[in-house]
Amino acid sequence: MSKLQSRRQFISGCARYSLGLTIAGVIGFSLTNASSQQWLWQIDPFKCTNCGRCATHCVLNPSAVKCVHAYALCGYCDLCGGYLKPGHIARNTAAENQLCPTAAIERKLIEEPYYEYHINEELCIGCAKCVEGCSSFGNGSLHLQIRQNICVNCNECAIARVCPSDAIKRIPADEPYLIKGGFEHGQTL
Amino acid sequence: MVRLYKKHIPLKNHNNIFLGLIFLLMTVPTQIAHSQQQRFPKPEFQTEYQIPETERPNPRAPFMEYLDLFLLLAVLSLTTWLVLKKRSRKWILWVSVFSLLYFGFYRNGCICSVGSLQNLTLSLFNEGYSVSFTVLAFFVVPLLFALAVGRVFCASACPLGIIQDLVIVKPIKLSPWLQKSLGLFPFIYLGLAVLYAATGTDFIICRFDPFVGIFRMGAEFHMIVLGISFLLIGMFVARPYCRFVCPYGALLKICSLNSKYHLSITPKDCINCKLCKDSCPFDAIDFPTDEKENRASRKDFWKFVFYAALIPVLMFVGGWAVSGSYKLLSSAHPDVYLANLLVSQPELMQNTENLDIETFMSSGKTLEILVEEAKIIQEKFRFGGWFLGAFIGLVIALHLLNQVIFRKRSIYEANRGDCFSCGRCMDYCPVGKPEHPFFKDKPEMVVKS
Ligand code: SF4
Ligand code: SF4
Ligand code: SF4
Ligand code: SF4
Ligand code: SF4
Repeated sequence: MSKLQSRRQFISGCARYSLGLTIAGVIGFSLTNASSQQWLWQIDPFKCTNCGRCATHCVLNPSAVKCVHAYALCGYCDLCGGYLKPGHIARNTAAENQLCPTAAIERKLIEEPYYEYHINEELCIGCAKCVEGCSSFGNGSLHLQIRQNICVNCNECAIARVCPSDAIKRIPADEPYLIKGGFEHGQTL
Repeated sequence: MVRLYKKHIPLKNHNNIFLGLIFLLMTVPTQIAHSQQQRFPKPEFQTEYQIPETERPNPRAPFMEYLDLFLLLAVLSLTTWLVLKKRSRKWILWVSVFSLLYFGFYRNGCICSVGSLQNLTLSLFNEGYSVSFTVLAFFVVPLLFALAVGRVFCASACPLGIIQDLVIVKPIKLSPWLQKSLGLFPFIYLGLAVLYAATGTDFIICRFDPFVGIFRMGAEFHMIVLGISFLLIGMFVARPYCRFVCPYGALLKICSLNSKYHLSITPKDCINCKLCKDSCPFDAIDFPTDEKENRASRKDFWKFVFYAALIPVLMFVGGWAVSGSYKLLSSAHPDVYLANLLVSQPELMQNTENLDIETFMSSGKTLEILVEEAKIIQEKFRFGGWFLGAFIGLVIALHLLNQVIFRKRSIYEANRGDCFSCGRCMDYCPVGKPEHPFFKDKPEMVVKS
């Protein structure tokens, strides 16, 4: 082997070991901060202001954001602000009376005068119209959540970037939902 | 923006939900927005009706991430063997198609090693976020492979690279000067991506990833256009994203330049037949240097000294310039943007058309607080700007220095930094194939492998 070649090999060897050490350093340093914790994106329903961007800005179409119903908070009202359009003609299931653009909310009589509202996830596009209605006129039991079985868990959620209320955050994957009533306000950051 | 929960939030026992809610209504009424008023009491059902649970469909099982990691290791090991021992372009191609289908279309391109460097940065600079082991592994494993055997990750594991590799039709040669200069951009992009991730502003690599929309079959319109134009350009300028944009490629390049083993075009000794000369679509084959160049190189000594002395100068100038443009850089942060907008045009505060302004106005936050927050972010940019600028200065200076360093070469070989280990060139080399047409009238040149 020529002198030149062995010199080159020596230099490259040194560079290799220093790069190796750098990578090892990065690993070591990040391990102090790494965990088996995985992260998912989720909406803090107490921060969401129902702006409607969840329907339009998800990388998936239709959006991975759907309305969920925290039944425990619901008043089972006949006159549901989330179900009925303002200025509805009759309190029934006719499409022209429904607030939801895709008729995704199913209304079912439980007993007079209580009605159960159920979201048909297939149809819901996460537009937050019902959420706005329920929050303004009802108990706020309808709210948006990212459905983790649909969400592809983008490295950066495209909705989080545009959410005007900073409502979309990374949360630890072992509790993948922030369902209203399941956690106390003030505990969320 | 990069957002996360600082704390783990345990779900409470559901029997207590209602009590909890009443408690909540009584104790923190002032904090309660209109969205959580219990306007109607919980009904008292006469029938047996049970209040249903809200469904919580599970995310993809966490162990699947370990499967991803296992497949990454398997693909890289297999490719290493194919590149160094089996020397088969055909098999490398099939492995890469598998990776494209799995990591690209099936896994929707997330998480990928290219983007993982931002997660790592964020975890180092932001206390609330910890990177998971799998993400860390996705970041380091390809680099370690590059350090050992070159960029096998680019050859057959990276979906972004492979999709470009498959559309190459008629690659044109770029002038070395153009190729080298455009090749500086990945380093600058790398620095920017780190700055934006560290300040918690944005994951720019993910945001401007041209191909992820194709893997997901849907994205914003301009990203689809970008992706398709990259592929169209890629038919003639092979792998444009890899060579002139990819920030992770910049890291791989540095590692690969110093790799212990690397793909070799010829199985034994190069006989300078020149058959492989045009086989590389990425212009990554270095040709033997000729005598004239050898002699001219001696005169470059003073140039070398000059460029070496330029390193600290450029680093300082770069740091000063980039740090000085902190206002521009930080305006990508939505809070800074909004603060700037409202300070410069206060009349916009009445604008109810603009969703962001309207939300801000109804949030109860004052403009002063917003401006304070924006200032903190801007300070981070001013500080980080010094590092980014110095880094860019260093990269440019080293690039210049590299131009005057002369490396004598007597054979055709792959440039370790630029070579993606795709294996195309290996098929061209006649060495070890005595029946190759090249040897028809020069039997004395046959080299057995
Ligand atoms: S973008 Fe934010 S505020 Fe708008 S609906 Fe979605 S979570 Fe709510
Ligand atoms: S109104 Fe919108 S958010 Fe509510 S159920 Fe219908 S589609 Fe879903
Ligand atoms: S992480 Fe991606 S898929 Fe999930 S909600 Fe956000 S944008 Fe949609
Ligand atoms: S250069 Fe970047 S995008 Fe291209 S194959 Fe390598 S890691 Fe992937
Ligand atoms: S084809 Fe093989 S022998 Fe011919 S120049 Fe290339 S590496 Fe050398």
